[in-house]
Order: sequence, then structure tokens, then C-alpha cells
Amino acid sequence: MATTLTVNGKRHVISAEPETPLLYVLRNDLQLKGARFGCGLGQCGACTVLVDGKPVQSCDFPLSAAAGKAVLTIEGLSGNGRPHPLQQAFIDEQAAQCGYCVTGIIMTAKALLDTNPHPSDAEIRAALKGNLCRCGTHQRILRAIRRATASGVKA
Amino acid sequence: MTMGQDVLRKLPGNLNTNRRLDRWLRINRDGTVTAFPGKVEIGQGILTALAQIVAEELDVALERLRLAPADTTYSPDEGMTSGSQSITDGGVALRYAAAEARFLLLQRAAVRLGVSLEQLSVADGVVSARSGGSVSYWDLATDDLLAREATAEIAPKPASQHTVIGTPAPRRDIPAKVSGAPVFVHDLDLPGMLHGRIARPPSYDARLVELDEAEVRSLPGVVALVRDGSFVGVIAAREEQALRALARVKRLARWEEKTVLPETTDPRFLLQEATEDEVISEKRDAAAAARAAKTLEAEYTRPYIAHGALGPSCAVAQFENGRYKVWTHSQGIYPLRNDLAGVLAMDKERIAVIHMDGAGCYGHNGADDAALDAVLLARAVPGRPVRVQWSREDEFMWEPYGPAMVVKLKAALDSTGNIIDWTEDIWSNSHSTRPSGLGGINLLAAWHLAQPFKPSPPRNPPLPGGGSHRNGIPLYEFPNQRVTNRLVKRMPVRVSALRALGATANIFAIESFMDELAAAAGADPVEFRLRHLKDPRARAVIETVAAKAGWRKGEKGDGARGRGVGFARYKNGACYLAVIAEVEAGNNIAVKRVWAAIDAGLVINPDGLINQTEGGIIQASSWALKEAVRFDRSRILTSNWDDYPILTFEESPQVEVTIVNRPELPPLGAGEGQQGPTAAAIANAICNAMGVRLRDMPFTRERVMAALA
Repeated sequence: MATTLTVNGKRHVISAEPETPLLYVLRNDLQLKGARFGCGLGQCGACTVLVDGKPVQSCDFPLSAAAGKAVLTIEGLSGNGRPHPLQQAFIDEQAAQCGYCVTGIIMTAKALLDTNPHPSDAEIRAALKGNLCRCGTHQRILRAIRRATASGVKA
Repeated sequence: MTMGQDVLRKLPGNLNTNRRLDRWLRINRDGTVTAFPGKVEIGQGILTALAQIVAEELDVALERLRLAPADTTYSPDEGMTSGSQSITDGGVALRYAAAEARFLLLQRAAVRLGVSLEQLSVADGVVSARSGGSVSYWDLATDDLLAREATAEIAPKPASQHTVIGTPAPRRDIPAKVSGAPVFVHDLDLPGMLHGRIARPPSYDARLVELDEAEVRSLPGVVALVRDGSFVGVIAAREEQALRALARVKRLARWEEKTVLPETTDPRFLLQEATEDEVISEKRDAAAAARAAKTLEAEYTRPYIAHGALGPSCAVAQFENGRYKVWTHSQGIYPLRNDLAGVLAMDKERIAVIHMDGAGCYGHNGADDAALDAVLLARAVPGRPVRVQWSREDEFMWEPYGPAMVVKLKAALDSTGNIIDWTEDIWSNSHSTRPSGLGGINLLAAWHLAQPFKPSPPRNPPLPGGGSHRNGIPLYEFPNQRVTNRLVKRMPVRVSALRALGATANIFAIESFMDELAAAAGADPVEFRLRHLKDPRARAVIETVAAKAGWRKGEKGDGARGRGVGFARYKNGACYLAVIAEVEAGNNIAVKRVWAAIDAGLVINPDGLINQTEGGIIQASSWALKEAVRFDRSRILTSNWDDYPILTFEESPQVEVTIVNRPELPPLGAGEGQQGPTAAAIANAICNAMGVRLRDMPFTRERVMAALA
């Protein structure tokens, strides 16, 4: 079975069963390792990518559902080797401990800022409902997202 | 001089067990310096701090530092990265090694420039003579420079000369981690790599009695099925094919299960178990005891708590030409190698264990077990690397939890409200069942093989660091005191080291009880602690946090909101930490704000210390409010995040950390000091807010309602 999808602006034809979770296609077929496996159940958000601009948990999202759509992963955020303003804000705020959850969180934040460029603190927290962090880096992460907002990012 | 009879002089930190300088450092001709730490990054930022130490002592820019990944083929054996000991053991070793390397370079420079040592100064690796002339480390260094034993006779710089140590340094690993680069062992993708999954039994002692192996082998992409006793693994070309094969095994396999788990998840079942008792502190003053005017008793518990790494454990292994290569996020590559060699019955020199980052572990989780899983699968497909990824369910059901504990306390106050007698009894399993224990193999799959290995007998690391009795002895000064550790040997639930070991429950109990006693004495909890504490550093963190939080003497909550204090010196020998937590009762108990003051002696990376302290406080808030592993008589019932909720972004508190800086004093371990004081401060805040005393973690809505009823 071949499925066509666009990832970070590039068209790919993937030979895999249509029910294959998008996460494994990204990580193994396309060697994009930035979406992480966290639970395989859509509970933790470590695998978050954007499909047609909306955040999805790619561990729980079949390849067939991504057919013909535009997928954006963390690797597609930075341009010309320069970090995206959200990524830069995470660096500036030192908003990571182990860093396993951050790529999914940055993608969720990107989707939020795309639709709501000046979210309130409560809106940021609510947007991160589906993302877990086990190290307790929450307040630095919230600060980083606020910083990206404050710097007037058009993400 | 006679040879061979001198006992080796003790060298600082892990330099003592890894004495050659070139085990730790290499000065490269290309203008870089490579450090070889045996300690590993587990999200605590240790590699950044170690780089700062080397840059400081060598007088080179931080950017010149390279850190070699820990690897049994060349790294110093630093045992485990655990117990908040990486700065005090590993950092100190690198500090002395770098100071000595600098001295050796200066000696060479003096000869080269024809001047005395006193004439020389160094700036970023360039040695200059006062009279003119200079030469760089990169020109002076040769392979033999550090090919010698350390003497540790060159004193590291005094704090007054520090320019790198004590200055916030950005974490070296964060840019790559936010970029999505393949930095985790989970991301390793070797040519020809296959994907493995393990079909774990449904319960601890379940035995595999039937499996149609042929049917599994016939599935698309399946390369091998490995079955050895009750250990079953599948190997497939593609990851989703391995998952499908796993699902089929789970459907086809018939297991024989037993009832082996405790009757109840209430930790009080421990009170019925046989124990090995040890009085760990005893003080008697009969005259003081005779002044007893009021006596209080209370019992506190902590349930089994899961590490719950966000990324389930993973490992990659390759078997080729009679040798194994294993990539792992283990906290101890050498101890892991010992146990792998034991299972494989082979010379450990034929196994290379290489560390790569994993998700934060907070102690002994499934990392080492996954490494053996990968090895057992790789053995079946020589030449091909095999990646084993644990599922969420594997991690939750099979990781060794932080043990459940019960702490009973009894104390007497005199008529002036001073504690004159303190009796404490601690019930717990061992908190240390890591690999490389004596007399057994501490790796999960080894217990399921047709020729099974036995785990090593549980051990309780000795005081002062301690295991179940870590922080069991209060830092407060009481004229009469008796603390007894009651070690429960039988371990019906798999347990091991979780961040802070027994300190969490012991400090939760001691600090909750201090508040109960303060109330009985009609005293303010901050003042009450200070009156029982002599150590000026302990007093300073409590006074600092009280000032930062604007603590008002005798402050009372308003029925919904309240604040509480908690304090400990971690391990009674590492960092001092005091916290004040503010809670608000709504549908659930919410921790809104936490203030903390920490004294960790000389601080290498202040931002790293703050990050760790914030993280520990937020994680401990999650433990305190929400977390407990559930099980019935045969099975663990906690298998995913719905079963085991943790603190979310909507629930996370605001945390303000103040460092009480002591640059002139030795660095103190600080990665785990937050857990106990935070749990206690929350319990005390709940009592301050609502007048109910919660003595069982976690402090759920149900428990608050029950206490109010």
C-alpha cells in the first residue's frame, strides 16, 4: 500500500499499511526523530505534530488519515539552521530537563500561537492539556511560550 | 623506601578509584579539551556542570569542552549516577584532575619559555610569561602529558578566583533537544536495525504454558520469535510489524497466574511482615524525659510510587563476532555490564555498554531491563542491531516502584512546649535492587528464563546516606530519641530506588509531626523548628524561605487557602532545603505557589540548581497530591496515564527558589533534596487551610472529604 503525504513541505510516497501510526512513518521511514514515542495511546503528547495546522498525537493517528495532508514536524520549524522563535524561547528560558516532552510541547504551542497569537496564561495552560512533563519543568515551559508570545512571534 | 606496602593514598571523589589522569581528560591539539565523565546525563544538567568545573580549573573557555559519552570501553567506572553524588564524586574528581593537568601544562610552558612557574599566567589555554612570550596548551599537549597517576596535590582554585563556576551556564544539551535532533537512545537508527518487542507476562510470577509460535512467525515482517521459558520476544523488520506480532503473541499465549500481591494497597500491610530491626539513633536523658507534660502519636504512609518516565525504556543491542554492543539509558553502564555478563555467562570485556540519553528516570526504572531484553533478542539475529522499545504498559507494570512505607511517631513535650522525647519506627522494603547486587541478577528478563536467575538479596545502603532510613534521624535536637528501622525483606511488589529513597516518607512524617507538635505546643511552626535546631545553615534556609514568602508568625488559613512549611538536610549531609507551600482547596487540592531556599554549598551552575529544585518541587507536588500504584491480588492495575494521573500544566504551581550561596564551602548534592520537604509542606498547608491533618499520601479529594467528615 502506498500513501502520499507532505511532510515539512516535501512530498513523500510511503509504503506501509494504512493503519500504521503516523509516528512510526515519521521516525522510521522519514528519519524524523523529533516526535517522540511516549505512550502510544494519545495520552502524553510527546509525539505531537501538526496535520493541516492542527495538533495531533501521531502515535494514535493512522497514516491513512494523513494522506494528502500537510504534516509539520519539529524538524520543519527551524529555517536555514536557525531555531524557530519558539525553540529559541525554550533555549533562552532553559525550559527543559530531560527534554523528552519538549518537542511535542513546542508543536502544541505553535498550533496555539498560530490561531491565538496573544493567549492568556490560562489559555496556554489549557492548550497544553494533552502534554505531560514528568521532570517538573512546567513553569519554565510556560515562561518560554509567554516569551515567544511577547516577542511578537508570528509563528 | 620500601615498595608495595603502602596503602594507596585516598584521592578526592572518584579519582580514588580511577587514578590515571588520562582516564578523565585529554588536551587536544585542535584547541579543544575532552573530558571523560563516568556520570551520565539524566536530565539533571550534570554534563554542563562538569564542563564548567573543567573549564574553570584549566582556564579555558567553556566552548572548548567536549564530553565523551559514557562507554565501558574507555570511561572511568563511576558506578551509578544516583543519590545526588555526581558533583561530589565525579565533579570533584574532574576538578582535581583538571587542576593537575593545568599544572603539568604550566611546567612544560615554563621550560619552553625559559621562565619560572611564577612568571606564568593562563587565559583560555594560552600561557604567557610576564617577560613576554607565550605558548598554548594545544602546542604543549602530547599524548604522554596525562599518562600518569593523579596526585591530587594541586589545589583547585579558591572560590574568590572563580569565573565559570558559580555563573549560570546554559545547558549544553538543550539546543539539540528542542531542535528534535536524534539525541535519545530511542532515536538510534543503525543500518540493518530490526525492531523488537517483549511480550511480558500478565503478572509477576505468571508462567507461559502455551504459545503457537508458528502462527506468530508467519506474520508479515517477523524475522524471529525468541522464547526462553516465560520470556518471549518478537523481532520484525518494521516497528509496526513488531507491534502486530506482539499483539498476536498476547492473544495466543496462555499463562498460569498466581496470587502473589498484597491484600491491600494500603502500606500498613507492611506492619504484618517480618522485619529486620536496627536502632539507628538513640539518646537518653532521664531528667529531661521526666518533664514530659503532653504526648502525641501519629502514623504516616506513602504508597508505591512509579518513576513514570515520559519515554518508556528503550535499548539497542548488536551481537557480532562473539561480542555485544549495547546502547542504553542506564544510570550505571558498568553495573549493568556486570549483570549482562552474568546472564550471558561471558567475559564482561566482550560486552561494550554505551550510554545515550533517555527520558528523565528519577531513579531505577526499566532502563537496565530493556538492555537485557535487547541483548537476548540480538543474540538470535547475529550481526543485526535490534531496538527494543518498551510500551507504556511495560514501563508502568514492570518498573521497580519506589517502595511503600509506614512511619510511626511518638513524642513528648514539656510544659514549655519543647520536644523532650522522640520515638520513630520506619517500615519499608529495601530501596536498592539495582544491577550488580551481590548473589543474584537484578534484570527482569533473567527471572523469566527457562533457567531463571534469582534477584540478589535486598540490601539497605548504610547510613549516613541510608536507604529506607535515609533522613530517618531528625536533624532537630531532642534530649531523648530512639529511631528504629524495620526493614521488610519480603518484596511482593517489585521496588527499587526512586529519587530520594526513604527520605520522602521519613521527611514527610517528621515534618508533618513537627507541625502537629507545634500546634500542641501553641507555637508557630517556623519558630518551633528553629527552637529545636542548632545548625546555623539549617536555620538560615528556614529563615530565608520565611522571609521570602512573607511568613507571618502564627498565620492561619481561611478554610480554603493556607500555607505550610517543610525542611530537611538531604541525607543529613547533603543540601539544606526549606520550602513553604500554598494550597487552595477547590474540587481537588491545588498547590498554587511554593517558595524554596536551598544551601548546596559551592554552586557550580546556579541556573541548573534552580531548574533541578523547581523540578523536584513540582514532581513532589505530583507525588503528594495524586500518585499511587494500584494492584489486586495478582496483577498490577496501573498501566497507563489514565490509571496514574500526574500533575498537569493547568495544575502546576508557581515556584520561587532562593539560593543561600556558600561558595567557600564544598558543594553538596542537591538533585533530590526537594521531595520530602515539599510533601510535608503541602500536608502542613492543607492542615493550615482546613484544619484537617492528612497522614497518608496522596492527598486526594476523597481523603480530604473523609478527614472533614
